[in-house]
Amino acid sequence: MEIFYILMVLMLIAGIIAVETKDLLSSVICVGAVGFSSAVMYLFLKAPDIALTQTVVEVLGLVILIRATISREKSFISGDREFFAVVVSVVVLFLIFMAGIGIFQNMAPFGDAAFVRIADSASQVYLKQGVKDTGATNIVTAVYLDYRAYDTLGEATVLFTSVIGAIAILRKKSRKLLSEGDSQ
Amino acid sequence: MLYSLCFLLFMIGLYCVLVKKNMIKIVVGILLMEYAVNLFLVMLGWRKVADGAVAPIAAGGDLLDKAGTVSQLFVSRAVDPLPQALVLTSIVIGLGSLALMVAICIRTYEKYGTFDITRIRRLKG
Amino acid sequence: MKGMTIIVKTVSSWIKVLVFLFGIYIILFGHLTPGGGFSGGVILAGSYVLLLLAFGREYAEENLPLPIASKLDCIAAFLFIALALLGFIYGAGFFFYNFLQQELMADCNAAGKLVSAGAIPLYNIFIGLKVAASLFLVVLVLSAFRSESDPTEGQE
Repeated sequence: MEIFYILMVLMLIAGIIAVETKDLLSSVICVGAVGFSSAVMYLFLKAPDIALTQTVVEVLGLVILIRATISREKSFISGDREFFAVVVSVVVLFLIFMAGIGIFQNMAPFGDAAFVRIADSASQVYLKQGVKDTGATNIVTAVYLDYRAYDTLGEATVLFTSVIGAIAILRKKSRKLLSEGDSQ
Repeated sequence: MLYSLCFLLFMIGLYCVLVKKNMIKIVVGILLMEYAVNLFLVMLGWRKVADGAVAPIAAGGDLLDKAGTVSQLFVSRAVDPLPQALVLTSIVIGLGSLALMVAICIRTYEKYGTFDITRIRRLKG
Repeated sequence: MKGMTIIVKTVSSWIKVLVFLFGIYIILFGHLTPGGGFSGGVILAGSYVLLLLAFGREYAEENLPLPIASKLDCIAAFLFIALALLGFIYGAGFFFYNFLQQELMADCNAAGKLVSAGAIPLYNIFIGLKVAASLFLVVLVLSAFRSESDPTEGQE
């Protein structure tokens, strides 16, 4: 149990540094620290699939972010928006946080796993019948590729759309057209 | 308590999105919020069992016969597989949306020469 | 973008095979051990991104050209939906029906073997190919845009 608190405090510290530091590169590296700490935390939460995925996704995401940011912005942008906007957002965030803490105190405590304990809930049926129904011993795979494969189909669609969007934003032809339009 | 700390991480990300001027900082804030939400969903499925929870993977001893009947011990100890399956897709979608956001940032930098969103607003196209 | 030093190039030319093999392993054993199409696909994409970072963009593009990557992306997505639609033809007739497990391989379904679980390994392979191709495409397009817009960048 203590390991969760240690990792969570590490993630909070890294997150605050990532938000408040002026150097973009160290900000991105601190986000990487948050991501890898969460990968370790998934491992202790008994979710090895997600730990593996989070680790490799974090590596690729850091490569993308660092290639985007490094040596691009020579003069660092520091400081926040207007004073009034900052005060208003901090007050609103504080109110939301207080409401959230009130909700979390009424929830089942950590480690209760409310969904699995109910008899014949979806999670318990997957655990009981999963291997018999699908033949896959990894029940997470059985859920996302057999019981709830629509989820995976939606994921494939979203990934396809985001890749098409990135290519359409970055393609060369529109850049040429744009620069011609500027010069005319 | 652990849920509240996770919510605090979400709040830090939201603060970053609302207050910062730098576009890359806003992307960083969205990433922090995403980590917090994924972590919270997986935390919901963890269960505190006396002799330790196990991952939802039926290894050797848990399979009773070839048809795939699992032992009662496995069902009573394994963590919730449903949030894990949903978070697994969410993480990869997060990478795709990160690439899209970075593409938008690079394109904006190309056009305006800055990451500062207040200066971009002042330029007006 | 000329790539990095000779040490990095030599090491990554050995490592890339191992990373690729590990990705294939993760995809194929996705229904038995932790892993699956998503993480294995990201690892496959990572082996090409390693090439891109170490040898430069042109070398990686020779190994997996951009049109082939985009075609692979589309074909994998199409095969995924086609396999899901086959559930209509065989058996109960609903989308994503695991017909291989329920109908064709019902007498040899030994849980825990590599050839088990019916269509789930096939779905895993298609999802892995799709994720690998699309993520490699994204990284390739991002790096191509950057080295073009910034001519001083190639001398690093």
